[in-house]
Amino acid sequence: MDTIDRTGCSGLMRMRRRQAIGFASASLGGLWMTQFAEQLARASEDKSQRPKSLLILWCQGGPSQLDTFDPHSGTVIGGDVKSIESSVKGIVLADNMQATAQQLHRTCLIRSMISKEGDHERATYNVKTGWRPEPTVTHPSIGSVLCYASPSNLEIPRHISILSGQWPGKAGYLGPAYDAFKTNDPANPIPNLTARVEKEEFERRIDILNTLETEFQRGRFASLDRDRTQHQSATERATQMMSSSQLAAFDVKQESQSKRDNFGDSEFGRGCLAAIRLLETGVRCVEVEIGGWDTHINNHQFQADRAKVLDKALAATLAELADREMLDKTIVMCGGEFGRTPRINPASGRDHWPHGFSMLLAGGAFRKGHVHGSTNANPDSEMLDGLKTPDPEQLTEKSVTIADLHATVLTALGVNHKDTHMTPIGRPLAWSDGNVIEELLEKA
Amino acid sequence: MVSRKVLQPILMFGVLLFAASIATSVLRSRPAIRVSTVGTDGFAKDLRPVIDSCNSDLDHWIQTANMPAAGQADNLTIARRVALGLIGSGLSLEEIRAMELVPESQQIEWVTNYLLQDRRWADYFGERFARAMVGTDEGPFLLFRRRRFNTWLSEQLHEDVGYDSIVRSVIASEGLWTDTPSVNFITASMSEENQQRCNAVVLAGRTSRTFLAQRIDCLQCHDDFIDQHNFGSIEKPIPGLQTHFHELAAFYGTTGIKDNPFSGIREAGGNYETKLLGSTDPTTIEPEVPFNKELLPSEGKPRQRLATWLTHPDNKAFSRATVNRVWALLFSRPLVEPVDSIPLEGDIPAILDTLADDFSKHEFNMRRLVRLIVSTDAFRRDSRAEFEVTKDHEACLAVFPITQLRPDQVAGCMIQAGRISTIDLDSSVFLRLARYGNTNDFLRDFGDRGVDEFQSDAITISQRLVLMNGNLVTDRTQQNIVANAATRVARLVSDDKKAIDSVFLSVLGRSPSSTEAEKLCQHICGKFGDDRVKAISDIYWAMMNSTEFAWNH
Repeated sequence: MDTIDRTGCSGLMRMRRRQAIGFASASLGGLWMTQFAEQLARASEDKSQRPKSLLILWCQGGPSQLDTFDPHSGTVIGGDVKSIESSVKGIVLADNMQATAQQLHRTCLIRSMISKEGDHERATYNVKTGWRPEPTVTHPSIGSVLCYASPSNLEIPRHISILSGQWPGKAGYLGPAYDAFKTNDPANPIPNLTARVEKEEFERRIDILNTLETEFQRGRFASLDRDRTQHQSATERATQMMSSSQLAAFDVKQESQSKRDNFGDSEFGRGCLAAIRLLETGVRCVEVEIGGWDTHINNHQFQADRAKVLDKALAATLAELADREMLDKTIVMCGGEFGRTPRINPASGRDHWPHGFSMLLAGGAFRKGHVHGSTNANPDSEMLDGLKTPDPEQLTEKSVTIADLHATVLTALGVNHKDTHMTPIGRPLAWSDGNVIEELLEKA
Repeated sequence: MVSRKVLQPILMFGVLLFAASIATSVLRSRPAIRVSTVGTDGFAKDLRPVIDSCNSDLDHWIQTANMPAAGQADNLTIARRVALGLIGSGLSLEEIRAMELVPESQQIEWVTNYLLQDRRWADYFGERFARAMVGTDEGPFLLFRRRRFNTWLSEQLHEDVGYDSIVRSVIASEGLWTDTPSVNFITASMSEENQQRCNAVVLAGRTSRTFLAQRIDCLQCHDDFIDQHNFGSIEKPIPGLQTHFHELAAFYGTTGIKDNPFSGIREAGGNYETKLLGSTDPTTIEPEVPFNKELLPSEGKPRQRLATWLTHPDNKAFSRATVNRVWALLFSRPLVEPVDSIPLEGDIPAILDTLADDFSKHEFNMRRLVRLIVSTDAFRRDSRAEFEVTKDHEACLAVFPITQLRPDQVAGCMIQAGRISTIDLDSSVFLRLARYGNTNDFLRDFGDRGVDEFQSDAITISQRLVLMNGNLVTDRTQQNIVANAATRVARLVSDDKKAIDSVFLSVLGRSPSSTEAEKLCQHICGKFGDDRVKAISDIYWAMMNSTEFAWNH
């Protein structure tokens, strides 16, 4: 697999070069000059030439469409939620989403997502990969596909999961080189990035390691590292990362206090701000997770608590991406593995509901201020009670399957969703078997 | 009322007693390995013809591929492979020193027997087989007891119970998941939504993949339309149908909890129904097997019939599936890939059938199978050669294939390499608890492969960072005279050359080359006290971060 650009110099050589630049810039007035120069260089890049990136704001547990993007206030299924007007005339959101409502003109909202998975793990797999789980093959998440389809020379990982829970984006049959790099609240340092010994001692250790590697390769499998282990390459990349100035992208403290305040004083808010900085640095896919949406009891209160955090961070993310002129090249996707039942259960909760839920998209070629599909405000009560098989035709209008969503997002990212890849079991698979929903995209 | 004056000394005595028992447990030295009690029994003369037959199969394979073959690896390298395959870690320095006391020609037989007698082998194999049987998901709360299942499986292996008997218990047991641990195979498939019935579809998939090496899961939804499955012969093919899958599932279709939950898993009555592709109404499906139908007993409860058919000595798919899995455990990759997909007819390595035939003829004895595999030329070949090694050489086993260790093996190697003495059942309870905790913490950060244990792949940056800067490597290399081998070697072995040799043996399980010895002697030369400890810790760290450490070779 072509995971690493091998045309450049080795990581250890890069480290020395960077040190040299560091010394040079220090003599000119300090290390900040290097970073400043990098920022200047990046700013001068032709933004239209930058590849497209993906930001997934992942609501783990199943957010209630009725308490967020698809309220039916005043109806039998609406619950206690109120509707509020948005920046798009005639479109209302739940009153939990006041800040996002003012950014709705930047988004494309699907209110008719359907799937066949009602279990958290299976449904998460389904939405993150675009495929239903199969025992014989593990499909790659959309972030892994994006990274596979577009190699780069970044010193930090190109696929990152911030606040990852149980099921971050996995690379499946593409191999772990495309797994998401997992990290926690950006308020804290990234674990295992700092050597546990002084610099000189670390270099001595690397020197001994190189001796061992040379000895091990003697007489063994040709191109051992390139074609088999990638162990030394990974060591180089890890060492590069440990000393990379690009790591600064994780550090949200470099942003002004007022900007940080916009995203809210929450780990999710900080995660969103870090995600923007990472995307700006060249990372191709960042996933930021906010959990706690599985509200089988006391739905209204728990959803409102979660939505408060999501709303502020989501609205700030959309505004910030627009301010930085990044929205054209960044696809934002916000949603969870399924929605929640229209029927409120005896514990005042809502249960799992994959038969009509919402997914918010923004950026790139996605239409702005557009709402696609709808859910039925008066669904057949026998379907709600499980006495009848849920019928997408009855429950939603213009339903969108998970596979169709993936085909559309991949297309918006510039990846041909029909491209096939040979899986380890010898079965060629396309990136997605869905169809592009043209209606969601701006006309070319 | 007891007065304070009386109570205080009693409490003090109790505390002292408790502290003394902890100190004894921590400080007591484990008994030395008694080399003479292990011997090489089990490698009896009757193995020889089978080994010769296996080697003949291998020679034919290599000749057909027109490939040169590598020579035999040295004993230390082979012993590391044996240990990685049987207990999931390298040998301790103590074990290597014990092996060196055995005549060179018997060392591999000795180390194999030594580990097969050790409970670590049964525990390790038990965990690996359990993963294939019940997966790695948490399973339903209360109904599924993973630890009981694993412990039971380990006991069966340790007591030399035939694998066919183990599998019959797993498939056909009735009772409670607490007092009949094998029944957890069934309860693991249950879901919180439907706790009264097992999930027949999940169980059919696991049965076909784990016990028969038949990946027929796609038949769950539709007939085979790409000629992937043939349940007949090459001359008279029988293509896979959707009904084949559901007929297998039907054996589990009536299994569940009947009325009283305290009666556990039973035949709960009813029929197995499913909606076949294209039909609008559910169809009742009767239990039937997809091939070797003549071996299926006509009488008995459904699961008993299935278990008897599956483990019948003439049902070659069962013995092939097991041999392929054990081979994978020893080589870190199966003979036929993937491990759970072997065609019933067609092109498969002859050695698989030679071993499978012997396995079924000898009461499906797991230890015998292990002894046979480690005695083959393929297992003992070097992974390096005078000629340029390519994938083609590895494909026909002309060289030993280089494969990545699983995360649990990396953890096992790191924990064991950090100590001079062996960590086993004779070690203190605290040491074993620490090993358990360290392994879990490491797997949490490094990642676990789950059920796909043999899907080897490249290492990730996150994993490299864990190995370079994580807690486990730091704990195992920092200065600690009680717990860490690095400090002990630095403080207790004054001769530089001997110190380097000890470090190589404990971490990489081999002696250094002359280049390595020269370079590393220079690294520690003239250093004393803490500086020497630091220098030796550097070497430990570098070795634990090397490709050689993380790969089977």
